[in-house]
Amino acid sequence: MAGLAQHGVSRRSFLKFCTTLASAMALPPAAGLAMAEAMAAARRPSVIWLPFQECTGCTESITRSHSPTIESLIFNVISLDYQETLMAAAGHQAEEALHQAIKDNFGKYLLIVDGSVPLGMDGAYSTIGGKSNLETLKEVAKGAAAIVAMGSCAAFGGIPKANPNPTGAVSVSDIIKDKPIVNIPGCPPIPVVMTGVLAHYLTFGSLPELDKLGRPKAFYGETIHDRCYRRAFYDQGKFAKTFDDEGARNGWCLFELGCKGPVTYNACATTKWNGGTSWPVESGHGCLGCSEPDFWDAGSFYKALSMPANPLKTVAGAAVAGAAIGVAVSFVNRAKKSAAKAAHETTTLPDLEK
Amino acid sequence: MGEMQFLTWVRGTGLNLAISIFLLGVLVRLLEIYSLGRKKDLAEPRSVAGASGMNTVFRRSIPADGMLKNSPITYIGGYVFHIGLAIIVFLFAPHIKFFQDLLGFSWPGLPSQAVDFAAVLTIVAMLLILFDRISKPVKRYLSTFQDWFTWALTFLPVLTGWMAVQHLLLPYTTMLALHILTVELLLVFLPFTKLFHAFTVFGSRWYNGTVNGHKGVAV
Repeated sequence: MAGLAQHGVSRRSFLKFCTTLASAMALPPAAGLAMAEAMAAARRPSVIWLPFQECTGCTESITRSHSPTIESLIFNVISLDYQETLMAAAGHQAEEALHQAIKDNFGKYLLIVDGSVPLGMDGAYSTIGGKSNLETLKEVAKGAAAIVAMGSCAAFGGIPKANPNPTGAVSVSDIIKDKPIVNIPGCPPIPVVMTGVLAHYLTFGSLPELDKLGRPKAFYGETIHDRCYRRAFYDQGKFAKTFDDEGARNGWCLFELGCKGPVTYNACATTKWNGGTSWPVESGHGCLGCSEPDFWDAGSFYKALSMPANPLKTVAGAAVAGAAIGVAVSFVNRAKKSAAKAAHETTTLPDLEK
Repeated sequence: MGEMQFLTWVRGTGLNLAISIFLLGVLVRLLEIYSLGRKKDLAEPRSVAGASGMNTVFRRSIPADGMLKNSPITYIGGYVFHIGLAIIVFLFAPHIKFFQDLLGFSWPGLPSQAVDFAAVLTIVAMLLILFDRISKPVKRYLSTFQDWFTWALTFLPVLTGWMAVQHLLLPYTTMLALHILTVELLLVFLPFTKLFHAFTVFGSRWYNGTVNGHKGVAV
């Protein structure tokens, strides 16, 4: 705690932070204290953060973690040995820091990856210090105790993997098979989810319980729709039809405007964003479904889930073909009838008397 | 394929295929049926009260004398599930949104609880009708594969849709995808099975009524 106090973090605010995290992760109340003790006592574990095909949005999101100086807390509790955006070093010095961290903490460090890994053109689409992302990932993952795939790109391939995937982008778990990996998808992910997973790891020495997509169940256990404060309007059949109609002003359900909340597992509706200020649906825009695999290719953001995801390309052709076949069949039938009529032989009285 | 990719497929490629086959099939069969025509009836038409096409269209919706008592499940269950289906398909807000995308216009829907109630009634009615078909020896004897198959084609979309809304058995995403997939199966098979009565029922009633009305028989 003395170390934390030096950084202006009081015991009270630290405990409060830990308790918030514990409750956010649905852990028992005592876990808050356990987390506080573990994190305060822990030797600052080394964390290496590798950026691949990404937009730095994930890093931006984490640095905007608003709850009582969470980011300073976490960055002081852990030893962030390599993070290109946040580190002062550059060039050879940065590379050296990375190699030093790997050497000193081999088998113990936590590896965070944001961005997808391009496999196209032997990985030439994204390189750091002359090395392809694939090479770097394999090398650094070797000594990692666990890997956190930060954001939808690292977790599922994200926007770089979107059709037609020009760079051959894949997720971390497509490449690394022999290390525990936790996926924290989102574009970007929620800061408290990130800090929660880190706190869990520091306290219990393991990753939290994951769902089948490798996401922490505590944060990705329920859909946006099921936790949405506008859910009642959905049930009443009250929908905003445009972004500026009366329904929109009344805060009615955004389903018809394309909200993907019903099929998106994330914690936005409960944790909110920007220090609990708001979240997309509260600000009047439907959920994009950014924490789901291939969300970019799941049809328009502004089309309701029950609408066709893509234009129905062959329908007009099928209708024309159907009409043509129908007309052809009717001609065949008429020809048959005329043939039958022509072949008809009149029966006469003598015929019957034969 | 993950569940989200599955959903995207049924909302995209799958839907496109299903609607294409549906439209093609419907047009072929309607043109085929209505272009057949009949020979002109040269006999003097007989005029009898209640013997006309329109009369038959309505009369056939009403049970014949004593039949309601004889097979109440067929009539009442039949009414309940047909009306239930109409409510579910045409008055559930997400479904209206689907039609709006295809047709370009929309109409008001019902609150989801009301549609949910209609869905439960429809499911119960359809199960009773199935049980009736199994338990009555004559009905069972008369049933062909198509009768069981078309029952399943109609029942599955209702069941999966209701289960998706109620969050039963499978995650919503998967159940929603299964729901859309079963609707697509229904669309693909509808034009080529007895489910095509959705398009021909009133036309054939009117035809029978007119032909028989010409002979002075109220059917």
